[in-house]
Amino acid sequence: MNETKNKEKSWLRNLVESFGLPRLIITAFLLILLILAPFVGADLPTQISNIIARFSWNGILVLAMVPMVHSGCGLNFGLPLGIISGLLGATLSIEFGFTGAMSFVMAIVIATPFALIFGTGYGWLLNKIKGGEMMIATYVGFSSVSLMCMMWLILPYKSPNMVWGLAGKGLRTTISLEGYYSQVLANILRIKIGNLVIPTGTLLFFALLAAAIWAFLHTKTGTAMTAVGSNPVFARAAGINVDRIRLLSVVMSTWLAAIGILVYEQGFGFVQLYMAPFYMALPAVSAILIGGASVNKATIMNVIIGTILFQGIVTMTPTVMNNMIHMDMSEVIRIIASNGMILYALTRKTEGSK
Amino acid sequence: MNEKTMRKAKFGAFLSRASVPMMFIIICALCIPIAGLSPNYLVNEIVTRMGRNSFLILSLLIPIMAGMGLNFGMTLGAMAGEIGLILVSDWQIVGIPGMVLAMIISVPISILLGLFCGKILNMAKGREMITSYIISYFINGVYQLVVLYLMGSVIPIKHGSIKLPRGYGIRNTVSLLNMRQHLDNLIPLNIKGVKVPVATFIVIAVLCLVIVWFRRTKLGQDMRAVGQDMEVARDAGINVERTRIISIIISTVLAGIGMVIYLQNMGNIATYSAHSQIGMFCIAALLVGGASVDKASIGNVFLGVILFHLMFIVAPRAGAYITGDSMIGEYFRVFVSYAVITIALVMYETNKRRVKSMEGERLRLDQEKEGKDE
Repeated sequence: MNETKNKEKSWLRNLVESFGLPRLIITAFLLILLILAPFVGADLPTQISNIIARFSWNGILVLAMVPMVHSGCGLNFGLPLGIISGLLGATLSIEFGFTGAMSFVMAIVIATPFALIFGTGYGWLLNKIKGGEMMIATYVGFSSVSLMCMMWLILPYKSPNMVWGLAGKGLRTTISLEGYYSQVLANILRIKIGNLVIPTGTLLFFALLAAAIWAFLHTKTGTAMTAVGSNPVFARAAGINVDRIRLLSVVMSTWLAAIGILVYEQGFGFVQLYMAPFYMALPAVSAILIGGASVNKATIMNVIIGTILFQGIVTMTPTVMNNMIHMDMSEVIRIIASNGMILYALTRKTEGSK
Repeated sequence: MNEKTMRKAKFGAFLSRASVPMMFIIICALCIPIAGLSPNYLVNEIVTRMGRNSFLILSLLIPIMAGMGLNFGMTLGAMAGEIGLILVSDWQIVGIPGMVLAMIISVPISILLGLFCGKILNMAKGREMITSYIISYFINGVYQLVVLYLMGSVIPIKHGSIKLPRGYGIRNTVSLLNMRQHLDNLIPLNIKGVKVPVATFIVIAVLCLVIVWFRRTKLGQDMRAVGQDMEVARDAGINVERTRIISIIISTVLAGIGMVIYLQNMGNIATYSAHSQIGMFCIAALLVGGASVDKASIGNVFLGVILFHLMFIVAPRAGAYITGDSMIGEYFRVFVSYAVITIALVMYETNKRRVKSMEGERLRLDQEKEGKDE
């Protein structure tokens, strides 16, 4: 009797230890929000469809963290670089006159070579500076975004749907995807029950990529990647070309980020240029950390749980807070919670690091 | 032969050290004639900006000395300074006394924030920079919570001119009109149309002297030892954790005071954005002056302020002239700031690795020699 109690206690403690205190707090917070929602007059099905929709937009961007974490390159703060490849794909696809679902396919096709080129360069750089990846990744992201700010103005785009009407040149800050690929994935097999809407197509697309990554991590190369991440010295001794594996992981992350932003735009309905990619890395990073990942360990499950929790808080807090105390503190809560989570992960002692 | 390679290595180190300032001199030399600004205007602007920014940049030196890299957490001090100024302008204390009071208010807040930052950085040794960078975002959230929600509702704010119409929270901009450039104009001096903020320069000079003096104190020496090698310093009986926390606290406090000086020159506070860019620009300026992540001097600060801000003034004009679009220049200078930081970080990391591998090589050679001797 007593033994089982002890067992239960240690089980609980194990849960707290493995799950992490901040993660428990965030989960509890989201649960409270969900319970409160009907009482403050928010429609629960609408809220849940919002969370699902946002999950489907952001899932792949968060998934883009996984390969780099696995190979020991740390959290991919350089996500904007991949996003830029995606944006180039999106704008060029529109520029070349593709419409409807075709424009989405072509955007992916055009974005891919950019992602491969940028990713190779980025991976090469990260191989030169092992140990300082995260800080440099952040600044690689920032510099590439600000470089592209100039490029969006200079590049000779012509499509009247994208350039400033008056000047006839330079891309607009937001470009509507109406008539292009807005909602193309979400409309596939869309389920609608009352106020509950499920964008099945987007979820399936995410599942497809997630399954592909999962399968990849179980191939020979994938296992090698995990080995490089958990112990580079051991991996080298086992005859793995560490630099090549790391490069591969960076290219994969960059490509996933490019696809991720296209899926995000598909749901959101707009292409956002200029400074928009700037702060997209932080939400993705904190989402995967909330999901239970650490600086050198991440699974597909972490991605799914993390994105649901993070997007849940982002969508629920404004409505619940607004209805409850007529004070929109959601932005502040989001900043504190997401950055607090990153801080928590950075201060954890990581095993197997240099 | 050994001496030759040594000299070569030294020259190489000098080149890599001087490369960033050289690049900036070239950029400025190209842009100045294109921008077509009068020399008088340029000198005036540079002198003003030196007075405005030098103090803030000087606050970065001490953590570098302690081997903690570029302190992106200086934003914390900047926020403390802003809180001080907001309170003082609500109490309607004007001019120099207002500034001094704002500094006095900022100090305890800075110490608390610095303590917090230092404690966390001690838990994240080896990745101080990314951590301090995220801390600045985290505390920015707390700052918004305080300024946007608690000021006016919990912390009493009387004057409607700085409060949001809804009754709590501070407006987007707080005017410091009755404090504007009071320190700069305390001792008026005008050399051929160039306004020199003598009093501000005196304050900056005093800080420089303090930093020079501080390096020679026991604490300063300890910091350098910690910066060289934490383990050796610990064996030598230095309390490494405490020394690191103190260095961050000093930096944060200085940044708070620096922010007050910066804002009195600007004449208004952009409540929610003034601090967010300040860290980045100060760090970029310091790096442009030839500093690196592990080595920075007072000379780097002043050279950096001059070169970086010269670029800042001429780039938009030159960009507008070349492309006919003023936004290009704006984006260009943001790009350059980020690119400079990126390059400096990459150089630091590659150097670190090179030194490590060189040490390994030497060890191997020594061992081989020993083996032969036997």
